Amino acid sequence: MLFGFEWDLSNPLAFAISILPILLIGMWVTIQATVVGFFVALVLGLIFAILKSAPSRFIAWPARLVTEFIRDTPLLVQLFFLYYVLPEYGIVLPAFMTGALALGLQYSAYTSEVYRAGIEAVGRDQHEAARALNLPSARTFTHIVVPQAIPRIVPAMGNYLVSIMKDVPVLSVVTVLEMLNVAKIIGDRTFNYLIPLSMVGGLYLIMTLVASAGVRLLDRYLPKQGLPLK
Amino acid sequence: MTDPIIKFDKVVKRFGDLTVLDELDFEVQKGEKVSIIGPSGSGKSTVLRILMTLEQIDGGIVTVGGEPLWHESGPNGLQPASEAHLRKMRAQLGMVFQQFNLFPHMSVLRNITEAPVRVLGLSKVEARERGEELLELVGLADQADKYPHQLSGGQQQRVGIARALAMRPSILLFDEPTSALDPELVGEVLTVIGRLAEEHDLTMLLVTHEMRFAREISDRVCFFDKGQIREEGTPEALFTDPNEERTREFLKAVLD
Amino acid sequence: MHWTEYLPSLMQGAWVTVQLTLYSTLLGAAAAFVFGIGKLSRNWALRGVSIAYIEVFRGTSLLVQLFWLYFALPLAGNAIGIDLRLPPVLAGVLALGLNIGAYGAEVVRGAIQAVHSDQHEAARALNFTERQTLFRITIPQAIPEMMPSFGNLAVQNLKDTALVSLISLGDLTFRAEQIRNFTQESTTIYTMLLFMYFGMALVVTAIMRLLERFAGRWRVAGS
Repeated sequence: MLFGFEWDLSNPLAFAISILPILLIGMWVTIQATVVGFFVALVLGLIFAILKSAPSRFIAWPARLVTEFIRDTPLLVQLFFLYYVLPEYGIVLPAFMTGALALGLQYSAYTSEVYRAGIEAVGRDQHEAARALNLPSARTFTHIVVPQAIPRIVPAMGNYLVSIMKDVPVLSVVTVLEMLNVAKIIGDRTFNYLIPLSMVGGLYLIMTLVASAGVRLLDRYLPKQGLPLK
Repeated sequence: MTDPIIKFDKVVKRFGDLTVLDELDFEVQKGEKVSIIGPSGSGKSTVLRILMTLEQIDGGIVTVGGEPLWHESGPNGLQPASEAHLRKMRAQLGMVFQQFNLFPHMSVLRNITEAPVRVLGLSKVEARERGEELLELVGLADQADKYPHQLSGGQQQRVGIARALAMRPSILLFDEPTSALDPELVGEVLTVIGRLAEEHDLTMLLVTHEMRFAREISDRVCFFDKGQIREEGTPEALFTDPNEERTREFLKAVLD
Repeated sequence: MHWTEYLPSLMQGAWVTVQLTLYSTLLGAAAAFVFGIGKLSRNWALRGVSIAYIEVFRGTSLLVQLFWLYFALPLAGNAIGIDLRLPPVLAGVLALGLNIGAYGAEVVRGAIQAVHSDQHEAARALNFTERQTLFRITIPQAIPEMMPSFGNLAVQNLKDTALVSLISLGDLTFRAEQIRNFTQESTTIYTMLLFMYFGMALVVTAIMRLLERFAGRWRVAGS
C-alpha cells in the first residue's frame, strides 16, 4: 500500500491498473519539481547572463567560471552538496525545495547561455538605429532588444524544460517521491519492478511528447521578427 | 548521317506547374561539339541534368548511344530504368558543374582518382598515373596535394574538368562552367575546354553564356527558349544571321 | 581527517568513472552512427527501428532507463526463461551509451543532411554507388560538423556516470558517498568531488577539441 492505494497482484493487468493512481501522484510531484526547477533556472540564468555580460572583467570572468563549473559537474553531486552541506550552515530546506534548487542551479548554466545568445542575435544595426534615434539605452533594451530576443529564447528554454523533466528522477536520492521513486518503492515491496518501471517509461514518453508538442506550438505562434509593439 | 549518340524524343520535364521542357526534340552526333544558349529558365541546364540522370523526365524518351536512358525494356515493353541500368548508362557521361562541386575533404589528386579506383576498379597506381596526366593536361601538375579551398575558382574548375575526364566518358557535359568565376579567371578555363574540343573526339555539350567562346569551339549552336529549341545552326549562321526574331533579340541583349 | 587521506579511495573511484565514460561514449558513438544513418535509410524496417530507438531513449529519463535495465530487465528475462541479470557495470555502460547514443544519432542525422546536395550530384555524376557516396563523400564531410555537439555529449556523459552510483557501482560519486557516511565531512568531500568532476570535464573537452581538429584537418590544411 502506498498513498492509501492497495495494489492488486492477482494478474499483471490488474496490477498495472491498481498502481496507476500511485504513479500519477508521483507524476504530479515530477511536474511540480519540473516547474519550480525551471522557474529557478530562468531567474538564476538571467542573473548569470547579466553578470557575464557585465562591463567589468572582475564580475564577468568569475561569473563565466562559475557557470562553466556548474555546467561541467553532475547534477547528482550538486544535489548531494546542497542537501548535505547547506544544513551545516544553518540552511535547512525541505528535500523537494533542495531538489528543485539543484535542478535550477544546474540548468541556470544553460539558460544563461540562451539569454546571451538571444540578446546577441539582435544585430548591431538595431543598436545603431536606436542610437541614431537617441533612444535611452534602457529603453533600447526593453523596447528594441527584448521583443526581438524573446522569439529566439523561448523555444530553446522550452527544450530545457523538457530536459529538466527528464532529470527530476535524480531527486529520488534525497527521498523526493517523484514518479521513479514511487515506482521503485512499489518494486521493492512487490518484487515486481518490470511493470511499474515500464509504466514510468511509458508515462515519461507521454509527458515529454506533450511538452515537446507544446514547445513547438508556442514556437509556431511566436512572431519570428519579434513581439509586435503598437 | 549515322545514328545520333544523344537523342531527345518529345521529352517533357515539369517542376510543379512549370513546364521546363515542352516536348523537346534534340539530337547530337558522335564527336559533335554543341553549345546551348538561351535566356535563364529556358531549360538549357535541365537538358544536361537529365542526361547526367540528376533529373527524371516526365514524358518522352531520351536515348544515349542508341539505348533508352530513363527506361529499359522489360516484359511489357519499356519500363522505368533501374539503378543498375542508370549506372551502366552513366558510365558514358561526365559532367562539369557550375559550382565545380569538388569534394572539399579530398586532395586535388584524390578528387580525380577516387572514382576511377572505387567505380572503375583501377589500381591506385594506375589511377594516380591517370590523375597526374590529367592534371598536366589542365596545367595543375604542381597542385596535386592541395585541397580545393586552397585553389582559385579557375583552378578548381580545371580540377573539375580533370575529374570528369578521369572516368573516360564519351560524352562530356559542361553546365555553365565559367558562370561562377571572377571575370579574370574565365580565360584559363575556356582555354582548357577549347583545347579539349580541338584535340579529342569527345562529344561535348556546353551550356554557356560565353557567346564568343561558343562561336569559336562549336560545330553547332542551339538557341533554347521556353523549353524548346527555337533555332539551331552553325555558329556562323546563328550568330551573324539568325532567322528568328527571338534569337535576334536575345543575341542583341547579350552581345551588347 | 585531512582531506588528502580521502584521495586514494577517490582516485580509485575516479578511475572507474573514466572507464565508464570511455566505454559508454564509444558505445554511444557507435549507436549514434548506426541509428542516425538508419533513420535516413530507405528501408522502412531499419528506419522504423532507428526512429523508435531515438524516440524512446530521448523521450524517457536516463535514470529510468538505468533502473529498467538493472531492476526490470531480469524480470522480463525470467518471464521468457532467459537470464538477463546484468552486472552493474554492464547495465551502467548500456544505459549511458544507449542514452547518449540516441542524442548522438540526431546529431549524426542532422550533419549528414546538412551536406550540400551539390556533393550528391557530383558523386552521382562520377557513378558512385549510394553506399560509396555515404561512406566516402557524405560522412567524411559531416563528421567535422558533428564534433562540437559530440564534445558536449561526451561531457554530458561524464556527468551522467555519477548516476551509476545508485546501482552500487563503485564510481567516484559512490566512493565519496561511502566516505561521507563514514566521516560526515560533507563540505570537504563534496567540494573535492565537484572539483574532480570539473577537472575531468576539462580533460574530456580538451580531448574532444583535439579530435575535432583531427577530423577537420582538411579544412585548415596548409592555408
